Amino acid sequence: MDELVNKRINQVLKGNQEAFEEIVTLFQQRLYQVCYRMLGNAQEAEDIAQEAFVRAYVNIHTYDQKRKFSTWLYRIATNLCIDRIRKKKPDYYLDATVPGTDGLNMYSQIAATGDLPEEEIERMETQDRVQYEISRLPDKYRTVIILRYMEELPLQEISDILELPLGTVKTRVHRGREALRKQMGNM
Amino acid sequence: MNTCQQPVIHLMHAYLDGDISRDEEQALQQHLSSCPQCNDMMEEFKMSEQLLQSASPIRAPEGFVSGVMTRLPKEKSQAGISRILRRHPLIAAAALFFLLMSATLFSNFSNNQQFSFTKQPNLIIEGETVVVPAGEIIKGDLVVKNGNVRIEGEVDGNVTVIRGSKYMASTAVVTGSIEEIDEAFDWLWYKIKLFVKDVIPSSDSEPTTE
Ligand SMILES: [Zn+2]
Repeated sequence: MDELVNKRINQVLKGNQEAFEEIVTLFQQRLYQVCYRMLGNAQEAEDIAQEAFVRAYVNIHTYDQKRKFSTWLYRIATNLCIDRIRKKKPDYYLDATVPGTDGLNMYSQIAATGDLPEEEIERMETQDRVQYEISRLPDKYRTVIILRYMEELPLQEISDILELPLGTVKTRVHRGREALRKQMGNM
Repeated sequence: MNTCQQPVIHLMHAYLDGDISRDEEQALQQHLSSCPQCNDMMEEFKMSEQLLQSASPIRAPEGFVSGVMTRLPKEKSQAGISRILRRHPLIAAAALFFLLMSATLFSNFSNNQQFSFTKQPNLIIEGETVVVPAGEIIKGDLVVKNGNVRIEGEVDGNVTVIRGSKYMASTAVVTGSIEEIDEAFDWLWYKIKLFVKDVIPSSDSEPTTE
């Protein structure tokens, strides 16, 4: 597969745009899933995952073919997701008034939905439950936990994607695990 | 609370990371079988891990790939242009000719300061202002150079004002595009567009977005 990918990349480098389509097809599921888990919203996930591919295309000449292509792609996507999460926190999330809630802003919404009642959590489908637990993790831990458990990537690859020392990645996985365990305490 | 946490928790993480020696694993299992608190903790770790792994994969929506393809910039311009130039030396020569010619146009722009406009019936001239009177229809394009234009009636075509200002009355109607050219660069661009239109007559419908 690496061979096929590199072949297509070389075609793209020569100006053949259509060769990029196969690359997108090969990696779309992985990238979309990461974005979906990070952002928790299908529309944003599609937008950001597509943007990640566009950035990859535009910057394809900076990709070092001796390294793993998926690592490079994941890096672009996770960076975009983190940016999006940071950007929307101050202006969109926190200050905006929620329509039809009589002046409630997002702060009060978060406070209200931050911890759902136990019965409601128990009724959740696995898929929603997983998303709910992930969304409650601090950003720092969320990224590593998604890469570790949803994408099932080795710690070394996560360290390459996030450009963090292996020790830091390990610590974050451990803290993320602790946070998950505490969140789910009484399952 | 648990009193034997730190070293044991460290082993639990090592175990969950799949990064544990045989001796360490044995020590961990031994401790877990004798310490209910640590054993519970380990079970909780495993359960949360299992929950995450039980979620079915999220699938990208239909049309994801084609969505990416339409979002790509049209052609990698640099690569594209240099490729064209290498393969078609004639175009390279034409481009050079074009460049030299635009230098001439450029100097034309600053030399030619005279008030002039497209001769069309029904136009009224007030000093250096061309007036399209209310109720009149001008058929075709209107170009005003070094002067102003005031439109009260209708122009069935494009209006171009070169180094001048335009005034549109509330009754004004212009069916084509309205362009004001002040800078030398705009002027150049305008000339090039005219040139292209002349050279390639088939492209009669000029795209509105560029
Ligand atoms: Zn213990």
